[in-house]
Amino acid sequence: MNQVNLTISAGQKEPGSFRLVFTLALAGMLSGLALAGAYQITKPIIDANKAEALRRGVFEVVPGSRRFTPVELVDGQEKVTAYATYDADGAFLGYALEGRSVGFADTIWLLWGYEPQRRRVTGMKVLDSRETPGLGDKIKKEKYPPFAGQFADLALEPMIIVVKDGREGNNEIDAITGATISSKAVAKAINDAAAKWLAHLPATPPPPDSAESQGSGGADEGERAGEGG
Amino acid sequence: MAESRDADINAQRLYAEFVKGIWKENPVFVMVLGMCPMMAVTNSAINAIAMGVSTAFVLIGSSLLVSLLRNLIPREVRISTYIIIIATFVTVVDFTLQAMVPAIHKELGAFISLIVVNCLILGRQEAFASRHPTRLALADAAGMALGFAFALLCLGATREILGSGSLFGRSLFGEHYEPWVIMILPPGGFIMLGLILLFFNWMRQRKTMRPAIAAEEVRR
Repeated sequence: MNQVNLTISAGQKEPGSFRLVFTLALAGMLSGLALAGAYQITKPIIDANKAEALRRGVFEVVPGSRRFTPVELVDGQEKVTAYATYDADGAFLGYALEGRSVGFADTIWLLWGYEPQRRRVTGMKVLDSRETPGLGDKIKKEKYPPFAGQFADLALEPMIIVVKDGREGNNEIDAITGATISSKAVAKAINDAAAKWLAHLPATPPPPDSAESQGSGGADEGERAGEGG
Repeated sequence: MAESRDADINAQRLYAEFVKGIWKENPVFVMVLGMCPMMAVTNSAINAIAMGVSTAFVLIGSSLLVSLLRNLIPREVRISTYIIIIATFVTVVDFTLQAMVPAIHKELGAFISLIVVNCLILGRQEAFASRHPTRLALADAAGMALGFAFALLCLGATREILGSGSLFGRSLFGEHYEPWVIMILPPGGFIMLGLILLFFNWMRQRKTMRPAIAAEEVRR
């Protein structure tokens, strides 16, 4: 079934190299056009999806929040975006920050909520990870085991500690059975981000709507956040 | 070139080309092609279906184009041209999944782009689409795609039921079921694939042996 017809029939002339090059160039050009078209059509939807995922994540890690304003934190060359969150009436609730660390398989990228007055973590949501299905990927799940739920009201000082035999202190979380590395990576992502960026948070949170009129990405997200409320 | 004329194609021939991919020449159970996605994305039924549908789109689209252009593509550069055609369809699928179902796209990850190198697809272009009229090529591609999706789903559903205790994300056995985590890990994939191949080959063998067995029994 897979045999290739290797013999060229006697009368058939071999095509010149011009025709070969021309065919490939034409194929490549048409392919490029098709791809550019597909990219143009899907790009806005993909971007909207990403913004929506981020928006949901922010609202999830700071319970009760209905809108947010991006805040740029700068430390020398490095820049990150934190999100100041507000409830429906515009009262400041806390910040959502990003965290990254190397897990068992690949970088774990997560969002976590922080309440400056009580200096507590208010929630954690994994945005992207490639942890082992059935073991490490339980870091994403709220239930069975309730791993993400442990971050709902967690002390951050001196640091989050992963334990294996039942949490006692209010800065301890229980590791997932069989996925200690993934569990520790989540704690490390938050600890690292806290150590680096908490000092850079503005002393007074920005007013709820300040960023809506400025900045391209920020304005878009600000509006979306407003719609959500 | 031994190519059937367009006029010769009747419904029966179309049906035969379509059906052969599902059972008699099933790409996975019989030809053992496309093992890479077979192992990698079948840890849940929904992933298996997403991969099945994506592969079907690429396979049918490429077969259509290759068959339409089969007399225009010089033989010397045919493989490169097929690859360009296949890669274009794959990238379109990649963008589309990312836009429509981001969660599934995240699960399948790099394996969507890797459809390009699924030997099932290039194999069908070389062995069938490039030497048959469009209608036959489409029937063949659709049958092969369905056969591949069927195989993916067999493996995906079994692994999800055993490894996560659920099907399509819905829990089947309640909280007290202890999932066989190994089933959704790579070793479980190999074990399950081996068992499924064994089962289907046993069925096929039994089918071909049946007349012989019947004759044996008559003699007794």
